Amino acid sequence: MKILVCPLNGPRPVSEFAYGGEIRRAPDPDTCTDEEWSSYVFNRSGSPGLKYEWWCHVASGFWFVVLRDTARDLVIDTFPADTVRRGLPSLPASPAPSGKAAT
Amino acid sequence: MFTRHDSLKAGYDVVIIGAGGHGLAAAYYLARDHGIRNVAVLEKGYLGGGNTGRNTTIIRSNYLTPEGVKFYDESVRLWQDLGEDFDLNVFYSTRGHYTLAHTDAAMRTMRWRAEVNKHYGVRSEAVDAAFVKRGIPSIDMSCGGHAPILGALFHEPGAIARHDAVAWGYGRGADRRGVEIHQQTEVTGFRLLGGRLTGVETTRGFIATSKVLCAVAGFTPRILDMLDLHTPIYVHPLQAMVSEPVKPWLDPIIVSGSLHVYVSQTARGELVMGASLDPYELHSTRPTLDFVEGLASHMLDMFPFLSEVKVNRQWAGLADMTPDFAPIMGVTPVEGFYLDAGWGTWGFKATPVSGKTMSHTVATGRNHPLIEGFGFDRFARYRLTGEKGAASVGH
Repeated sequence: MKILVCPLNGPRPVSEFAYGGEIRRAPDPDTCTDEEWSSYVFNRSGSPGLKYEWWCHVASGFWFVVLRDTARDLVIDTFPADTVRRGLPSLPASPAPSGKAAT
Repeated sequence: MFTRHDSLKAGYDVVIIGAGGHGLAAAYYLARDHGIRNVAVLEKGYLGGGNTGRNTTIIRSNYLTPEGVKFYDESVRLWQDLGEDFDLNVFYSTRGHYTLAHTDAAMRTMRWRAEVNKHYGVRSEAVDAAFVKRGIPSIDMSCGGHAPILGALFHEPGAIARHDAVAWGYGRGADRRGVEIHQQTEVTGFRLLGGRLTGVETTRGFIATSKVLCAVAGFTPRILDMLDLHTPIYVHPLQAMVSEPVKPWLDPIIVSGSLHVYVSQTARGELVMGASLDPYELHSTRPTLDFVEGLASHMLDMFPFLSEVKVNRQWAGLADMTPDFAPIMGVTPVEGFYLDAGWGTWGFKATPVSGKTMSHTVATGRNHPLIEGFGFDRFARYRLTGEKGAASVGH
């Protein structure tokens, strides 16, 4: 990815953008357990795959949402920030991880 | 150099995933110090082809936390006679290591690190600009006028080594003691019985074992997903590059956090250079022009006379980063599954000590005292081991 298409500014060099990490839902701090809260604070989905992420066009201060394949560095789609409030589309089927634990 | 094994056995006492420096070192010490020789090391690619072969080979122990200083100092001690241990030249070369300070805030961190280091018997000193200029006469002390050097943390034991030889030495030593190294063998899943590990599924069939050590750096999250284990590990590429060989002119190792540069000159004259992490998550080792341009311009701030020197190669590795810049080592919630991960951008120097401590941990089932600050459960307990000030240049 050398060019990122910003919903506001159009195609711009990726060096003009800041990565804001994967979009994650916070658990309700009043009702969740300590384990759920520490997991939210620290744990990340570290495996490659399709992820919704926050990105910012630094020069214009414009935050938006990118759906990106983190294995291939391929942007699938971009969305305005308020899509997060209205509900992001469910993730397209991504390649299954190569294995699972069998018991 | 290595025994060829045509087939996997039905079972092993210990299976190690990843034939990089850390995995092979653990296999070596399991066989040598603990008498556990019925061991298989599984590698999906080739021996030493991951971050062991992609790092910039700097060895030092000038860390910030007591846990880190004690751990890395033991590693530096183990490095000293590794070549003799292996009967193989690992080109270990003590150079002295300067971490340059360009701001008052950086100078404060250097004094802090020097005091912690000296408290634990590690030779580090906060030094002034004149000392830096004497040690590195060819450096532009103003760094192009925009980042003047105020001083440095000077760490006399700082060294470099031949990274491939480390993997070969540990691999050969393990191989000669009966450990089987299987390349082109990928782990695809695990079998558990009542929360206990009973075996490993691979692309070449099932292996029964009650103990697995996972030492796979940037591939750690994919392995942990198979066991439904969750960690803070996130993966960004880390790039490096090397110049054409030139005659020896740079003896010490130079690091600048402000300019995002670390550089040393190898025995064959190449400048090995690295910078900070790529700015976003990616599981690919593609190199970028942005990286070369940025790093080259910062190199020229310090050493303007290099403007005619060519860059020969660039490459990347997958760094398994943690939020506190300390590794995640030892026992896990899955009985029999041991983790050696979260080595991000700082794993090469720890190769001997991580092998030593992880082999102890696997053999006894209990974390070695030196790795207690790096436990899997420290995040759930909000007890982080903050090494960011000493582990990276990207802050």
